[in-house]
Amino acid sequence: MDATTDTTETQQPPATGGVSGWFADQIANLGEFAMGRVVAIGDVSIFSLKTLGWIFARRQRREVLLPAFYQIGVMSLPVVALTGLFIGMVLAVQSYAQFKALGLETRLGSVINLSLVRELGPVLAATMLAGRVGSAMAAELGTMRVTEQIDALECMGANPIYYLVVPRFLGCLVLIPALTIMADFMGVLGGYLYSNLLLGIDYHHYWENARAYVDAFDFLMGIFKSLFFGAAIALVSCHHGFHCGHGAEGVGRSATNAFVHSFVLILLLDLFLGIWLNNVHDFFRPEGPRRLL
Amino acid sequence: MQVERLSVQFGQQQVLRDISIDIPAGQTLVVIGESGCGKTVLLKTMIGLVRPAGGEVRFEGRALSSMRERDLAHLRTRYGFVFQGAALFDSMTIADNIAFPLREHTRIPAAEASAIVAALVDEVGLPRSVLTKKPVEISGGMRKRAGLARALALDPLLILYDEPTTGLDPIMTDVINELILRVRKRPRVTSVVVTHDMHTARKVADRIIMLYPLFRLAPDESQIVFAGTPDELDRCRDPRIRQFVEGRAGNRLVELHDEQSLEERP
Repeated sequence: MDATTDTTETQQPPATGGVSGWFADQIANLGEFAMGRVVAIGDVSIFSLKTLGWIFARRQRREVLLPAFYQIGVMSLPVVALTGLFIGMVLAVQSYAQFKALGLETRLGSVINLSLVRELGPVLAATMLAGRVGSAMAAELGTMRVTEQIDALECMGANPIYYLVVPRFLGCLVLIPALTIMADFMGVLGGYLYSNLLLGIDYHHYWENARAYVDAFDFLMGIFKSLFFGAAIALVSCHHGFHCGHGAEGVGRSATNAFVHSFVLILLLDLFLGIWLNNVHDFFRPEGPRRLL
Repeated sequence: MQVERLSVQFGQQQVLRDISIDIPAGQTLVVIGESGCGKTVLLKTMIGLVRPAGGEVRFEGRALSSMRERDLAHLRTRYGFVFQGAALFDSMTIADNIAFPLREHTRIPAAEASAIVAALVDEVGLPRSVLTKKPVEISGGMRKRAGLARALALDPLLILYDEPTTGLDPIMTDVINELILRVRKRPRVTSVVVTHDMHTARKVADRIIMLYPLFRLAPDESQIVFAGTPDELDRCRDPRIRQFVEGRAGNRLVELHDEQSLEERP
C-alpha cells in the first residue's frame, strides 16, 4: 500500500464501536468474501469459455500439440500405472478378511474391479494428473507470466490462450481416458495377482465373479467422469498460472493452489456425476443394481 | 502515435494521470523517471497490454481501445517490444524465438526464414553459434540482443524498449545504445525508450519526457514534469529533475522513512 491509498482510508469515518459495529464489520467482511468468490468463479468461467472458443476458432499446430500431449500423457503413464497396481493390491488386502469371514472370498474379483473402474481408477488417475501435470502447468505458465513471456506472446500478436492453454486443455481432455484405462487395468491386475498368488483365490471363480458383476456401463461411467476431471484440471491449473502473483512466491502459490483447487473440484464433480450417473443407470435398468452379496 | 489524456489505475491505486504525448513518425522518444513512476505501464498501455481507465492511445489515427482483438493482434505485428528481461520463450532455441513472429504472421518458407534470422542475429552482433542454444544458456547481454532481434523480425514501424540497458555492464550498455541508434536509422522507425539510465537517454533521444510518481505530486500537478530535448534537460533548473539527472538521494531516505511510518500507522 502506498501513501495515496492510506490517505483515502484515513478519510473514512471512524468505525462505530460496540456490538452493532462488530456485526456491521462481520457483514462487510462476509460480503467482501462472497464478492471475491463470485468474481473468481466468473473469471474462471470467462477463461474457460475463451479456451473453448479458441479450440474451434483455429486449428492447433502439430509441433505445439505433440509436446504437450507427450508431457501430459506419456510422461504420466508410469506413475498412474504404479498407483493403479498398488491400489488394486491394497483393495485385496483390505477386503479379504471380511469376505473370508462370510466365505465369499471368490467375490473379491467383483468388488475390487467394480470399485476400481467406477471410482478409484478415474479419481486416482485424475489426482495423479493434477499433482504431476496440473501443478507443473501452473508453475510453467506462472513463470512465463512473471518473466513477461505471456506479455511477449501478446505483443507478437499471438493469443496466449490459443497458444498456451488450448494445447494443454486438449492434452488433458484427450489423454485422461487413456490414463484412466491404464489405472483400471493395472488395478485389476494388481488385485488379481495379490488375490491369486498370495491369498490363493481360485483363478476361475475370481474372474467369473468379476465378469458377472462388472459391465460396460460401470467402465464407461468411469471414463465419462474422467473427461470432466481432465477438463477441470487443465482449466483450473492454467487459470492459476495465468493469474500468478509476483516472483517465486507467486509461482509456488499458484502451483499449490492449482493442485488443491483441482483436487477439490475432482471430488465435487465425482460426487455429483456419481449421483447423476446412478440415476441414468436406474433409468435404463429399472430393476436396480445387481446385488454383490 | 498519440497518447491523449491517458489514465491508468490498478485497483485503488492510480499509476498514470492525464498523460498526453504526441510522437511524430521517425522520432525517438525517451521516457525517464524513477522506479514505480509508471514508465513501464505507459509502454504497456501503448501496445494495448494494459487497458487505460481513461483517455486514449492512437496509432496512425486509430484508437486502440475501439479495436477488436483480431485487429489489435494485427496491429501488434507492426510493433516491436523489447522487454526488460528479454522475455524469450525458454522452451525454444534462440533461432526459434527470433523466427516466432515470422512463423506466426507470414508464410515465409523455412529456408528463407532462417536466412532472415541469421541476418538479424548478425545485425545485433550475436555469434551464429547462439542460434541453437536455449535462452538460459546465454548471458544477459546476449539475451537482450536476441530479444531485440526478435522484436525486429517483422520490420516494425514502432519499437518500444522497456529498460533496455538495466542490469548490463557499461560496455554492453553502450552496445545496446549503439544498436538502438542503428535501428533508429531504419526509415520511418519510431522508437520509445523507457529507461532510468541517463547515458542512454542523452545518447539516443530526440526528445525526453520525465514522469514523476503520482503520490509525490499534488492533485493538480502534471505527471509529466519535463518534456524537451536532451540539451533542454541539462539546462532545466527544476530541483526534481536535477535530482534525477544528477542521481542525488537528497532527502529521499527521510521521505521514504516517513512514508513507511505513514503506512504502518493503524
